[in-house]
Amino acid sequence: MEIRTDFNKRLREIQDDILIMGSMVEKAMTTSIKALKDRDIDLAQHLIEDDEYINHKRFEIEEKCIRLIATQQPLAVDLRTIISVLNILTELERIGDYAAGIAKIVLMIGCEEHLKPLVDIPRMADKAISMLQRSLDAFIKHDAVAAKSVITEDDDVDNLYDQVFRELLTFMIEDPKTITRATRLVWVAHNLERSADRITNICERIIYIVTGKMEEMGASNY
Amino acid sequence: MTIYNFNGQTCRGGKIKVNNLNFYYGSFQALRNINLDIPGCAITAIIGPSGCGKSSFLRLLNRMNDLIYGSRIEGTIELDGKNIFDKTVDVVDLRKNVGMVFQKPNPFPISIFDNIAFGPKQHGKKNKMELEEIVENSLKQAALWDEVKDKLGQSALALSGGQQQRLCIARVLSVEPEVILMDEPCSALDPMATLKIEDLMRTLAKNYTIIIVTHNMQQAARVSDTTAFFMMEPDRAGSLVEYGSTSEIFTNPKDKRTEDYITGRFG
Repeated sequence: MEIRTDFNKRLREIQDDILIMGSMVEKAMTTSIKALKDRDIDLAQHLIEDDEYINHKRFEIEEKCIRLIATQQPLAVDLRTIISVLNILTELERIGDYAAGIAKIVLMIGCEEHLKPLVDIPRMADKAISMLQRSLDAFIKHDAVAAKSVITEDDDVDNLYDQVFRELLTFMIEDPKTITRATRLVWVAHNLERSADRITNICERIIYIVTGKMEEMGASNY
Repeated sequence: MTIYNFNGQTCRGGKIKVNNLNFYYGSFQALRNINLDIPGCAITAIIGPSGCGKSSFLRLLNRMNDLIYGSRIEGTIELDGKNIFDKTVDVVDLRKNVGMVFQKPNPFPISIFDNIAFGPKQHGKKNKMELEEIVENSLKQAALWDEVKDKLGQSALALSGGQQQRLCIARVLSVEPEVILMDEPCSALDPMATLKIEDLMRTLAKNYTIIIVTHNMQQAARVSDTTAFFMMEPDRAGSLVEYGSTSEIFTNPKDKRTEDYITGRFG
């Protein structure tokens, strides 16, 4: 017979909520890059409005965690899970903000042509989205090894960011008229780079849930 | 000697050392191969499911088992390096040094003053002034003085449950022990009285070594510096599964059985 049935059910619910919030954030990331590629102002506008749902979900899960701590006095792995969820929530919410930030840049760009066809920025986004998906998977499976392997991939995103930055810098040096457009793309790349950093933070929390050890694993270069 | 730092206070290991302890009630083995190093001037909590030998273990620490016919001990328990089961140890002296507070408050049916003065009188203190000083100090240490100073002549049975329990703690303190054993000291008390006793324990831990058996895991987590988790083996003998700093045991226990117990998944 399972003991603490109600507690276990509520803890599972919170973990499922993280998956739901994670997929909302993932969708926001995908949409932001699509809006950027297509210069789709309507899509960007929707994304900015939808960020409210992510924020709302964050507070909803946070309240559930606080209630569970107050009423059930969780300990050991349960305590580590709930405290980590509270951290993961903040990270996810910030990644949502970065996606909304990209959408705001799309609004600034408007119908202007891109400087060049976007290649590395979508690659950065794909990489970050894949990291997010796998971090959520590691969270549900309590898989520290998978979480560690996601962290190592942050370097790839950092390298892509370097590449994008250098390329855009050459545009700006060659023709100062491109500075405004190039800077906007640097902001986009920066948001994606920061998103990947946040995902490594999520992975660090997953490792803490499993091992009980808190350590900085993926110190970013930026 | 291990030096610990709990709540900014330095504690020395080895106040009580339990070595290869086995304990039997007749042919039934109640405790198996317990090894434990209890630091001085700190609070050690003993937790575990019912029947795992926590209370038996606690009672061994001041030889209350001597009173149980057919009980038998192997191994040693050293208090400040001296085996308490040694033939030269005077049990009365030992129990003066190692006092005990029980689950249900058990004041004597006499006045508050006489309850506290009882122990010192037994140990030869007759001077009235000296006894008054001991009673006042003990009640102050037990955070009960302000509540009872004007009614020391009244029966102790008229006090509330929480006050009675603090009176029992004051009674233990009156004979100047070094170690205080507490067997579920708050299980008969309401939450406010419980918190008062816990505050008191933290204050007392500056000068006394306290060992508490509790079923209330939150209480163990709140008050203790170190925690020992006992469990019953298949033959029902109690054994020590894990022992360590309380913060470690409650956030990141090493043994799966400890984890399962404190998260409420068994027991």
